Amino acid sequence: MRRLLKSPLLIEILRPLGQIVIFVTASGAILSVITLLIAFLLRDSAAGLACIENYGVDLVTYTVVNLPQVLIDGVTIGFVYATIALGYTMVYGVLEFINFAHSEIFAIGAFIGVETLIALDNAGVLTGIPTWEAYAWLGIAILFSMIVAGATAVAMERIAYRPLRGAPRLVPLISAIGVSFFLQDLIRLVESLTTGQFYRVFPTFGNFDERISIATIPFRGTVIELSIQVKSVIVIVAAIVMVVGLNFLVNTTKLGKGIRSTAQDRTTASLMGINVNLIISMTFLIGGLLGGAAGVLFAMKFTRIDPFVGFFPGIKAFTAAVLGGIGNITGALLGGIVLGMLETFAGSYLNVFTNGAFGAEYKDIVAFAILILVLIFRPSGLLGEQVGQKA
Amino acid sequence: MRKRVFYLISLVMVFSILVAACGGGTTGGGTIKVATQSPLSGGQSAIGVDIKNGAELAMEQLKKPLEDMGFKIELAPFDDQANPDNGVANSKNIVADPSILCVVGHYNSGVQIPSSENYHTANLANVSPANTNPKVTDRGYLEVSRIVGRDDVQGVVAAQFAASKGAKTAYVVHDKTAYGQGIAEFFQREFAKSGQVAGFEGTEEKANFDAILAPLIAANPDVVFFGGIYDQAAVLFKQAREKGSQAIFLSDDGFDSPEAVNIGGPTLLEGGGLFYTTVAGPAKLYPGTAKFQTDFKAKYGADPKPFAAQGYDAMAICLKAIENSTKAAGNKMPARLAVTEAVRALKDFAGITGTINFNAKGDLVTAKYFVIQVTSADPAKWNDNTIDQTLEIAPPQ
Repeated sequence: MRRLLKSPLLIEILRPLGQIVIFVTASGAILSVITLLIAFLLRDSAAGLACIENYGVDLVTYTVVNLPQVLIDGVTIGFVYATIALGYTMVYGVLEFINFAHSEIFAIGAFIGVETLIALDNAGVLTGIPTWEAYAWLGIAILFSMIVAGATAVAMERIAYRPLRGAPRLVPLISAIGVSFFLQDLIRLVESLTTGQFYRVFPTFGNFDERISIATIPFRGTVIELSIQVKSVIVIVAAIVMVVGLNFLVNTTKLGKGIRSTAQDRTTASLMGINVNLIISMTFLIGGLLGGAAGVLFAMKFTRIDPFVGFFPGIKAFTAAVLGGIGNITGALLGGIVLGMLETFAGSYLNVFTNGAFGAEYKDIVAFAILILVLIFRPSGLLGEQVGQKA
Repeated sequence: MRKRVFYLISLVMVFSILVAACGGGTTGGGTIKVATQSPLSGGQSAIGVDIKNGAELAMEQLKKPLEDMGFKIELAPFDDQANPDNGVANSKNIVADPSILCVVGHYNSGVQIPSSENYHTANLANVSPANTNPKVTDRGYLEVSRIVGRDDVQGVVAAQFAASKGAKTAYVVHDKTAYGQGIAEFFQREFAKSGQVAGFEGTEEKANFDAILAPLIAANPDVVFFGGIYDQAAVLFKQAREKGSQAIFLSDDGFDSPEAVNIGGPTLLEGGGLFYTTVAGPAKLYPGTAKFQTDFKAKYGADPKPFAAQGYDAMAICLKAIENSTKAAGNKMPARLAVTEAVRALKDFAGITGTINFNAKGDLVTAKYFVIQVTSADPAKWNDNTIDQTLEIAPPQ
């Protein structure tokens, strides 16, 4: 038992799990405390009085009652951002180049997954099936979209980035923006030729839409409901599996060693007998696989996708990668969780705290203002300096 | 180098003059076009395409009198993508084509309002099949007429309906467009007279409504009103139900599309149920549409969606006005202003959606409003939804 605990394989699985638990609890706790503090300070202000009038409870109670739901929503969207951010950060780690077309890889993944499920639904496969079968089909759809998204990412690198590898830094960046537009319009073209519709809807099947009620706690004359949607659980579990799997791959396997050495010094790595081109292709493949899966999870959580669906999650995930320290896998995870939490907290409480002056629409402003503050004091991101871990 | 640039520029200029000359040569003649503008692609295309199809069907069936006068009649469909920028760019192209004498157009008020500024400058008649924002006609443009009701009435109808269902608290969300925000404000104003509006939020979000919904769920309102279009409303409603809201969901004529239940699924119908007010509704609500429904199904292979019959009538009005003004001009191609005046001069025009008379602003003298309850999650049964109320109300002056 003792030897098992010391084995590097197990450590590589347990370490990211531990990091996830720490990041989620720490960012959740810090934001909760800050929010409660603001609520406490504002309880007698106009905002506090308006809260009593509108919701029948004082501001602190309101904040506490809503906290569990806000935390769950924040973690869920945070994990989605984190899985996309891994794609940005891996490519940056190896090539020091920001692949702006990664958001379209995400969108392609979403479309392939949703189209697969719609086709299955139209064929009548998804109606009245037992729960385990619904999960099996979801798994197949995710797998399928991972394959297509991964292949697209590899092809994209081969066609649009590899010929520019020696060029000045801005050139591949422009190429990436071009690829991004190209893929977006490719989705539009394929959709308009086949279905004629630009937005697609994740079919309703299985028990994904149901809620699991955890507990109801009475609190100061009202009740706190602790419940979570099945699909949020799926998103979180799938994201954790991906993060742990990636960590394992990068830190223990031969391929991972190749990726790390290419990230440290490409020329020397090639002198040591590492096929650098293959490693770079593999990096894009891994990023594409993760992005494709994240696309399907996003579609399942939020129902509706369109060809521009990648833009905002892509920008946010890129931000998350920068916030955590770009090039750093753990950083992408932390950045995703922090950004998701910040955004959901801001969106949920801004309206009440400002007495309706700022609505939920201003959530991004608050989230990004805090991001700027973080980057002023830590320009290399929250975990930026751990270059040894750079993937 | 400088010389080469000079040659290049002069070449481009000569070429563009040639193109312009050709353009002028082929279009003038005996061709009269009627343009349509609606979203033919994107999230709202389900309705936009059927507005165009309704207009196309009308042109096919009603162009004979003009053809007998020796004109070639053509449809010029434009895609505004439900986006003001595209609508305005198209409107410039429409105005620049002298053979276009009338525009059937726009599904979104937010697109119609800026686009019609161009029609107004060019004296080009615009018959709107779907735009309900008061500002569409309140600007007093002679060019703009509409054959549906107005949001300052529709919002009030919705609020009174919510109150009649015993709703005491409402939560209002809108899509920040001229149309959605407009109707949401009318709803809010009316509802506040009898109940309490717990929240009023605008959002352009299309997928993740978590942040909007947290205060909504906390407020636990009796009714949730969404001012905007189905592609956003259905997603919001679905996520609200999933988070446990049992409120009555109420929306507006932008919700009037079978796609809504396709997006939202059966969860929408739970709790307090799902209702919408509309100025159009399914074609079968109108006694005059029996032939239209069979013809439409024969030509396009599906039942007409809401606003298709309005598209038909808007085109019919355009063609009648062109016909009248052509006769008045002695069987010559009429001026745009003459067509514009002929639209308003129509009296008791027998459309398939009813008898049409315009007031001085371009509104219908009395318009129909419906409150509809969605009763089935099957998109094919959208036209069979229950009609709760049918009202005929004159526009405010």
